[in-house]
Formats: sequence, structure tokens, C-alpha cells
Amino acid sequence: MEYMEGMDNIGSEIMYKVIGETENYDYKKYKDNDVLKVLQKDIISLEDYKVLLSPAAEKYLEPIAHKAKKETMKHFGNSINMFTPLYIANYCENYCVYCGFNCMNKINRAKLTMKEIEEEMAAIAGTGLKEILLLTGESRNMSSVEYIGEAVKIACKYFSSISIEIYPLNVDEYRYLRECGADYVCVYQETYDTDKYEEVHLFGHKRIYPYRFNAQERALMANMRGVSFGALLGLGDFRKDAFAAGLHASLIQKKYPHAEISFSIPRLRPYINNSDNNPNDVHEKQLLQVMLAYRLFMPYAGITISTRERAGFRDNVIGIAATKISSGVKVGVGGHGKDEKGDEQFEIADSRNVKEIHDMIISKGLQPVYNDYIRL
Amino acid sequence: MNNDKLIIGGHEFNSRFILGSGKFSLDMTKAVIENGGVEMATLALRRANNGGEENILDYIPEGITLLPNTSGARNAEEAVRIARLSKELGCGDFVKIEVVRDSKYLLPDNYETIKATEILAKEGFIVMPYMYPDLITARELVNAGASAIMPLAAPIGSNRGLVTKEFIKILVEEIDLPIIVDAGIGKPSQACEAMEMGVDAIMANTAVATSGNIPMMAEAFKLAIIAGRMAYLSGIGRVLENKGEASSPLTGFLND
Repeated sequence: MEYMEGMDNIGSEIMYKVIGETENYDYKKYKDNDVLKVLQKDIISLEDYKVLLSPAAEKYLEPIAHKAKKETMKHFGNSINMFTPLYIANYCENYCVYCGFNCMNKINRAKLTMKEIEEEMAAIAGTGLKEILLLTGESRNMSSVEYIGEAVKIACKYFSSISIEIYPLNVDEYRYLRECGADYVCVYQETYDTDKYEEVHLFGHKRIYPYRFNAQERALMANMRGVSFGALLGLGDFRKDAFAAGLHASLIQKKYPHAEISFSIPRLRPYINNSDNNPNDVHEKQLLQVMLAYRLFMPYAGITISTRERAGFRDNVIGIAATKISSGVKVGVGGHGKDEKGDEQFEIADSRNVKEIHDMIISKGLQPVYNDYIRL
Repeated sequence: MNNDKLIIGGHEFNSRFILGSGKFSLDMTKAVIENGGVEMATLALRRANNGGEENILDYIPEGITLLPNTSGARNAEEAVRIARLSKELGCGDFVKIEVVRDSKYLLPDNYETIKATEILAKEGFIVMPYMYPDLITARELVNAGASAIMPLAAPIGSNRGLVTKEFIKILVEEIDLPIIVDAGIGKPSQACEAMEMGVDAIMANTAVATSGNIPMMAEAFKLAIIAGRMAYLSGIGRVLENKGEASSPLTGFLND
């Protein structure tokens, strides 16, 4: 876990706490009675959160969902935020065995020009969306911070909120992108299990676990508005990984109380040249359990539901726990204005456009929210 | 009662129910406003989507006074910038200052709120600051030019009721501006209780939005607020201790 040259080292007290607590998390020890006690509580402690993620809690998903729905209503009302991702490049310098973008996978690589980025953004803005998530593969050489910064500047013309899901950066680089107009940073640790992490990240800067772990904190030090957390469920022990992501987020919130916090709950998906890339024991039931646990442990945190999941699942988790949903999603490079220029990162399971998602939200008595941030 | 007006920054209101929007579907806004007899409604400027989809400004009926809030501001400077933006968008002179630096409890930052109030009041805004009920802060807000004081009853969205009751009472006693209880009121009975103790108006959102019948709950709040106000104006009758009043004369010896 040695840092590579040029990587900011901001210390790791939160990381050691998360790793330590996660190692000691024995989810098998919890029984029905523990779950029933948690269901009666108003405030969910770390210990209660452990119970909610345990196998014992699985058979109480119905009452847990009711409790979670109340919290979601209390904190978010019936608002569901709308956004879409835009992949501007898919070059990658990492070898992560579970990812379609990994540098050893022979796929069509591409990077949008600024003209193409503008065309893509204009097409997305035409659907009414005001929030965008910009993504790249993890290649500093092919998609530099300056390149991403220029893309963010163009995005400012069309969108009120700009999130970035790119390779982890140093504080000054996050500050630069903040100045360009980005406000939210999404970084996923994939797995919090240090051994597993090494096993699945065979080479590249991503192999440096602590640099990735501390990305959210560096982003907040650079004055980003908010940060997103998540583990790629199915890669390691999903209960431990979900527990660690929640604890990580809560400790960051405690240290940076102004930060807006959100979660994503990705599961492994098949990708080109690896159709068997499946999340093993993380079925929809377990996925929902994780979402509900996040909601009850951090009721004020946003939860995003991705197009990795099927429409029927997405439609039902909004309002219960999820507060943000993507639509009109393309996971290749570009593809909103013109055809995709590079191959996809993974297969999506819900291809509905913005209008269809909008209508679905309304039909459920919920309120689509397009704009929820003012860039000052 | 007909002459009993709520006056904020020189503007008269008959209704003492200020509606918070943002937690129920926009297409219910009109019904909630009508059933609640609402004359002033807040809107989070961050949710305004001018010319775009689902713009809250398109759903608030004409004639309703807009109370834009500075939700999302983390310091005075951001609150001031949002307020100015609100004026540019034509949302009027009213502004509810919300400066929140805690994403967990959404408790207001009183210090930054005072700073923002001072700047905006000088610029001619009718400033209604959301604050933690603290007398010293309230006095500072008065001096800074606030037009009303909006103490929280409990954390936003908690529906826990008048948790800070004793401190709000102090504000009612000591501050000459309208005191508007904002945040935490969960039931009409709690709104009524606050009005009975002399609060000037109630702002509610979550309590209405999370109810089973939103328009009906808006009406329930309207009636509770009216009832509380009438009770306050009437002067609450005396309330006896559990045992009733002692009947044995204590001052009889004066006649000895």
C-alpha cells in the first residue's frame, strides 16, 4: 500500500478505523431478536447498522423497508433527482479483473473531442436534464485533468450540477476541477478488503488502496460540495464491503459535517469478453437489504440507483430508499448525440429514456427533480 | 379577528400558515395552498428550473407571496449570492435565510445567518432568518435588520414537535418582530400549541407532505393555526394545579 510518486498522502486515520471495524464485523452472530430490537429504534447506531446488514435481517426486509420509507419521506419528501452519465473517454491504465474498461481487455477505445463533448451535452440538455455525471476510464495520459477540466467548463453551459467519476486526484487537482465548475465527486473503493483489493487490481495506480480510499476526503478538502461512496458488491464479501462503505461515509461526514453524502450500490455486471462476470451471492434481495441499511444508518444521505439494475427493481426502490435515478443511459463513450465512439464498461439493464423515467416517477406519485443545485 | 393581520416587512397577511414546498408533488401545490388558506409559500431556489421541466415556480398560483430560501448555502456569502439570484429571477424581495453547514441534522449556523441578514437587509430584502432559538442571536438578527425570526421547533423533517418550546417562549416574550416557528412541527395540535403561546405564524412542510391525505392535512393545519391564534388573542384561561387551589386561607390572620 505504498503511495506512488506524486500522490498526496493526507494521513489515514479514517481508513484504519474502517479496516479495523470491518475486520471485526461478524455478521453471523446476530439473531432475530437483535433485528427486532433495531426495528424499534429511532436512531440507528453503528452496532444497529451491523445488525441490519446481517443475514438475520434478511427475513425482516418488509418491516425494514417500511421503516426506511418513512425516513426517506422525512428527509427527501417524494423528490427523486434525475441525471445521466456521460462517458467522455474509456482509456484505462489499470488492470482490474472485473471491469470492462481494464487495459488488458481488447475493446474499442475512444475519447471525445471538445466538439463532440459539446454535441453530446447539448443533446442531453435537450432532454431537460440539469444534472450530469462525467466519467472517464482511469488514464491520466489519455484523459488528463486538464482535458476533464475543459469538459467540465463546457458542461457549465448546459447543467447546474456536474459530478465527476474519474480516477482519484490530488487536492490541488480536485480544486482545479471545482474551479472549472464540478461540484460532486464519486469514487468507489470497489472492495474494502485489502487482500481482495490487491488480488483484483493487478496493476496501475488503482492498486494503491489508501490513495483511492482517501479520494473523497481530498475532494472535500478542495471544497467539493459532496462525495459519493460505494463498493462494487459481489467482488468481495458484500456484507463487509457494504458495512465498510457506510462506515467510511459516516466518518467522513463527521469530519466534514457540511459535506453532502451519497451512496451508489453497484453490483458486478457482465462486460464484453466476460459474460460470466456476475455478483454471485448478491441477489436483488441482498441489494435491497444494503440500500435499506444505508438509508436507516444515514437517513440524510442520497442513494442512487443505476441502470445496472432492471426497470422493475429500480421503479420499486425509489421512494423506499433510493433518491436519485439515471435515465437515457449510455455506458459507451458518447452515444447521446451520435453513435457511441467506444465500447461499453458493462451491460445495462434499463435503457429507458428521460421521458420514460419521468413518467414512471410521476406514475408512482413521486416528484421528478431536475434542478437541485445552484452553482455560485 | 378580521383586523388581526400578520405584518412582515410592511406586508400584511391574513394567513398565519406559511407553506414549505419541496417534499410533495408539484401538482399538489395548488390544492395544498387553497386548502391551507396559504398566502406565503417557500421555495428552494436550488429547485427552481426556469424554463425547464418541473419548475416549482410554474406551480405556485398567482397572488401567493414567494418566500425563496437559500437552501444549499454553507456560509453567509453563499446565502447572499443565492438571495441576489432570487431577486434577479423575479422572486420578489422576501428571502428566508438558511445557512446550514451540517448535512446530518440540518441545523442552522446562527453566526453566518446574522452576517447574511445584515448584508441583505441593507440591500432592501425582507429578511426572514431560520435560526436555532437563541435569544442572543435573535437580538443580533433584530439589530441586523431582520423582518421576522424563524426559530426551529425541532430538526427539519423530524416532525418531533415543540422540542425547543421553552426557548421559543423566551423569543416570544423578548423579541418584537414576528416569531415564526419553522421546522419540526409534526401535527396540527403542535402548531396550535405554538400559536397559543403567542407565536405569530407557523411554517410546515414535512408534516403535510408525509400525511396520508395532503390537502386535508393542509386544511387541518389551517384550522389548528386559527384555533391557536384565537386562543392566544382570547387570553388562555387559568390552569389549576393537579390538586386544585388550596382553600385554607393563608392571609386570614390579617383579619385577626
